Amino acid sequence: MSATSAHINEHRDDTASKLGMWLFIFTELMLFGGLFITYSVYRYSHSGAFHLAAQELDVTMGTINTVILLISSMTLAMSTTAIQKKDKRTTLILIGITLVLALVFLVNKYFEWSAKIGHGIWPGSPLLEELGRGDTLFFGLYFFMTGLHAVHIIVGMVILIVVFVFVWKDKLTFDNFQLLENGGLYWHLVDLIWIFLFPLFYLIT
Amino acid sequence: MSDTSHHIVPYSTYGLILLLLLVLTGTSVAVTQIELTKWSTAVALLLAGTKSAFVLAIFMHLKFDQKIFRIMAVLIILLLASVIIITFLDYAFR
Repeated sequence: MSATSAHINEHRDDTASKLGMWLFIFTELMLFGGLFITYSVYRYSHSGAFHLAAQELDVTMGTINTVILLISSMTLAMSTTAIQKKDKRTTLILIGITLVLALVFLVNKYFEWSAKIGHGIWPGSPLLEELGRGDTLFFGLYFFMTGLHAVHIIVGMVILIVVFVFVWKDKLTFDNFQLLENGGLYWHLVDLIWIFLFPLFYLIT
Repeated sequence: MSDTSHHIVPYSTYGLILLLLLVLTGTSVAVTQIELTKWSTAVALLLAGTKSAFVLAIFMHLKFDQKIFRIMAVLIILLLASVIIITFLDYAFR
């Protein structure tokens, strides 16, 4: 062991921390990758039903949510610039905007799901049973994949709230902000997944 | 340009990337709403791939980070792509 550690109470390795975050992100990519493959295979084997079912989804709502997530990714990316410029106020404002946008995304999702459920479409609903296997698969995957994505949004929000408090209390500063960076990586991953969910479910009919 | 150990990305870069991402989103919506059927899927996925490349490179700082992160990301994407290709080869030729 090296006996030359001048900073006794500082045991941190930002690169290792980032590496760990990336490894976790890779497992997430594999998780959603598997679901995308499942979706593609069923789309291939039930193309007629998937074509009709996909037209049921609200493209406008999907587009609005895409724009919201893209903007939230930018504001959070900007916060890493702000903290490095020692601008705490701007950093907090940018994380705050990201959190508000995340909430707006979830509210939109709530209305979207409510509309579907209002039309008698939910996993295992009698209407879906009537419509047949293709529709059941499409909406089953729709609810599961957008639902799992929404769970990631909620987890991302919890992480960002923690980051917000840490910046507020000066635990994260211009020369020690790896947690903000890692939280950002997670948030951009959530954005990345949506970038593929959006065309696959809403656009391609 | 004085590049120290940590690269500070200017706000304008992020703004520009957002603009690009929004244009690409608009394009993919336009392309798929106009009936093109055969190519619309490919175009939409190509645009999604382009968008994710920008997110990975700029927002996720892969462009500015050490090389190892880029290498790992590329390898994982190749792994995922090969799994997708193998699955489709299986379905196409059974």
